[in-house]
Amino acid sequence: MADLKTVGTSVPRKDAIEKVTGSAEFIEDRYMGPMLYAKMKKSTVAHGKIKNIDTTRALKHPGVKAVLTGKEYPNRIGLYLIDRTFLAVDKVRFWGEPVAVVAAVTEKAAAEAVDLIEVEYEELPGVFDPREGMKPDAPIIHEDLANYEIVPIFYPEKGTNIANHFKVRKGDIDKGFAEADKIIERDYYVPQMQHVPIETHKAAVQWSLDGKLTVWSTAQSPNVVRQLLAKSLDMPMHKIRVISSYIGGGFGCKAGASIEGLLVPIAQKFPGHIVRIVFNREEDMQGTFTRQALYSKLKTGVKKDGRITALQYEMVWDGGAYTEYGVNIVRAAGYSSTGAYDIPNVKTDSYCVYTNNSIGGPVRGFGMCEMQWGIERQLEEIARELGMDPLEVRLINGMKKGSTTASGQVIHDLDYDKCLKVVADKIGWGKKEESRDGKYRGKGIAGLVKCPAQPSNAASSAMIRINEDGTAHVMIGATEMGQGMLTAISQIASEALHIPVDKIDIKVPDTDFTPYEWQSVGSRITYTCGTSVKRAAEDALGQIYRVAADLLETPQEDLSFDGKKVFSAKNPDLTATIREVADSCKKCTGEGIAGPIIGRGSFVPTNMTNLDPETGQGNPGLFYCFGATGVEVEVDPETGVVKILQLACSIDAGKAVNPQLCTAQLHGGTIMGLSTALYEEVRFDKGIMLNRNFTDYKIATIDNTPHMDSFIVETPETNGPYGARGIGEQPMIGVAPAIANAVSDALGVDFNTFPLTPERVWQAIKNKK
Amino acid sequence: MKKQVIIFQLNDEPVEIYVDPAESLLTVLRDRLGLYGTKAGCSKGECGACTVLLDDRAVNSCLVPVGKVQGCKVETIENLSRGGKVHPIQEEFVDKGAVQCGFCTPGMVLSAYALLKENPQPARDQIKMAISGNLCRCSGYKQIEEAILSAAKKLARQGNSIT
Repeated sequence: MADLKTVGTSVPRKDAIEKVTGSAEFIEDRYMGPMLYAKMKKSTVAHGKIKNIDTTRALKHPGVKAVLTGKEYPNRIGLYLIDRTFLAVDKVRFWGEPVAVVAAVTEKAAAEAVDLIEVEYEELPGVFDPREGMKPDAPIIHEDLANYEIVPIFYPEKGTNIANHFKVRKGDIDKGFAEADKIIERDYYVPQMQHVPIETHKAAVQWSLDGKLTVWSTAQSPNVVRQLLAKSLDMPMHKIRVISSYIGGGFGCKAGASIEGLLVPIAQKFPGHIVRIVFNREEDMQGTFTRQALYSKLKTGVKKDGRITALQYEMVWDGGAYTEYGVNIVRAAGYSSTGAYDIPNVKTDSYCVYTNNSIGGPVRGFGMCEMQWGIERQLEEIARELGMDPLEVRLINGMKKGSTTASGQVIHDLDYDKCLKVVADKIGWGKKEESRDGKYRGKGIAGLVKCPAQPSNAASSAMIRINEDGTAHVMIGATEMGQGMLTAISQIASEALHIPVDKIDIKVPDTDFTPYEWQSVGSRITYTCGTSVKRAAEDALGQIYRVAADLLETPQEDLSFDGKKVFSAKNPDLTATIREVADSCKKCTGEGIAGPIIGRGSFVPTNMTNLDPETGQGNPGLFYCFGATGVEVEVDPETGVVKILQLACSIDAGKAVNPQLCTAQLHGGTIMGLSTALYEEVRFDKGIMLNRNFTDYKIATIDNTPHMDSFIVETPETNGPYGARGIGEQPMIGVAPAIANAVSDALGVDFNTFPLTPERVWQAIKNKK
Repeated sequence: MKKQVIIFQLNDEPVEIYVDPAESLLTVLRDRLGLYGTKAGCSKGECGACTVLLDDRAVNSCLVPVGKVQGCKVETIENLSRGGKVHPIQEEFVDKGAVQCGFCTPGMVLSAYALLKENPQPARDQIKMAISGNLCRCSGYKQIEEAILSAAKKLARQGNSIT
């Protein structure tokens, strides 16, 4: 692949000029026509029966057009487990759950009317810790769990709060522990976090009298929104149009379908009007997906030489009030439960448990940050117990070509050793820096791996229209939320089609016009959409050659296409412009040949399988992306403040389609990981989310962002487009454990949870003394 | 509050509106004047996405009651690329890969613009100080810092410091 022209170069972002000038259109940036504004009435209890909702005063409020409650609109929705309604019906299951929605001519009138709605609850005992929720006498949150529709790869336990119990049984766990010289066992805890994209969730809905529903949404997947709405509303798909704008950050919280359907019954009452809802920051933090907390027990058996013989992992996830999407995070963490390491004997039980906390759901990493926190911390403890170098323990056990995952999937395309070594070298691994000015220094390293957690039938498709002048339009259903998809996909199209990237136009999706894409999630678009685009480009190019061969009456094999004209390598007089090919009339007779060129390409994985329900064995991974993070810290024992002196990250991208964009993902993901490692934790008090704004929930600002070095490793992915694999989520995964490992190295104290706030670190130092 | 006539300079042009003076400058810019480049991220002064220049200083427009801009000069992102050419700060944001989702970008660019107006050759620490009120969840800030540093150099080379 030495002769690549566009793939592998840092062409400027397709959307950069629009975005720096403020002209890029986001959902809220369009004048839409006659508008109605919606606001939600939210539950004031975490778990309770709705005794009565009185909407009389709200309906009389000036400007109010409609008030809707769950009784009138009990439709269900969900991606994997259909356990959600748009509005609470009969009972509420988390604090802040929408119980009614008001539409009015101004947002102010809608907000005022919301305050006039009176709801009477009978409070029920709640579940706020999933470990309590698993107990036989725990209050049941979803009485109807056994009757919910569910994709049959998940295993809810009837009559309990367990929405999914995923099992891995690989090798012989008893034999593995019997072979071990040492057994290390510890509990870990990862708290909830919030995505906080700078743009909150927004949606607008319009109903026309011919029965057409148009939806504008910040959703990461217009096609899934369409699919779930079609099911929930019992509507045919061609009557639902979902339009995407640029999305102001997603990180998983805008995956699946969320608020769009809330507005449909109101829109149906006012045909032609556009009913819009814009979440404010507090609503966004409290009412949308939260990263599930994880309580885990990890037990590892290890030989004296550092080789791990057995791993037993019990994960109890706080699924929150609804787990329509969360059940799959629990599954993904289960089938990946050895992290980046090849371990022969594995027993994993991963439980998704309903609680009365906010809704759990996808966040960048999809369970891997939480699950690999335990793995990467325990490796540190193993190294210390054995008196070995933590890097060496990782290299000994790390996956190599031919290794198997927890689910028994064989991995082929990776260089995990290189990922580890490159960050270790960068931070000067092995050279212990002495403490200075009473502050302690330490170094830490952590590895990472992630595959896209997608169903085995998650498909992509693409169309390419060639214009008369040799320019082209690429049409896809993936969304642009900052990751640079539009640019990378254009580069893949350009490479395969021979048309320069600046002569290719590409837009965000509209389900009435752009072809199917499952979801822009799971770091999958470069691979899946990229493959379908490459196939569409090859299809178009094939048509160009076939038509040109007919037109020029010369063999196809002799022809080349330079992006503008087709010519014969043997006879320079034989040349046809792309326009002549598109018009495709034989010069001499005027007989037509073909017509405008339209390339098409589709993709569905062929290397994935379902997993055995008892052993979890099978092939769940489309591809596996490895990487590592290395950190040097300085800790002030007086204050507990952790200062990052060095930060390095590496990712095996297969082939970086656009190195600048790839580096941008490495930086952004690493700093998001650093932010969770040091600052972020959603706090609940009996289900009430306490820190739901940027003052109380701090994320990293430029002030506390250190210098970082990033390394792109390129071990080609055999079936990826030009060897590429997705890397969007991965950089975040190793950061928290790498920092904790470095702080442990500095202080000689262990942490089984994060964030490593000054209070927590200071307390740990104090406890040690 | 009772509506009033508010007159101010917006992007070098006079504007006169009849509005509740307590309404935020942010909603006036977006909902009444159609300047959608200014973004609402929190409406509480916590994120900086709505940054505009008020008499040459970067402010969170969500916290400014429009009554306070009476007789003042307001500049939004739309003013930077007037005349059909992107500003050198914007060029450097593109060139250095400082743009991802783009939602914080107009505010970031304007905070940088205000900084370079006041201090054409800022040190890294001064750049960090100037945009510490602008949150970005995508980038990790590094490329933004580089873009501002590079824009300062470019402006100095071109001899046209921002006035």
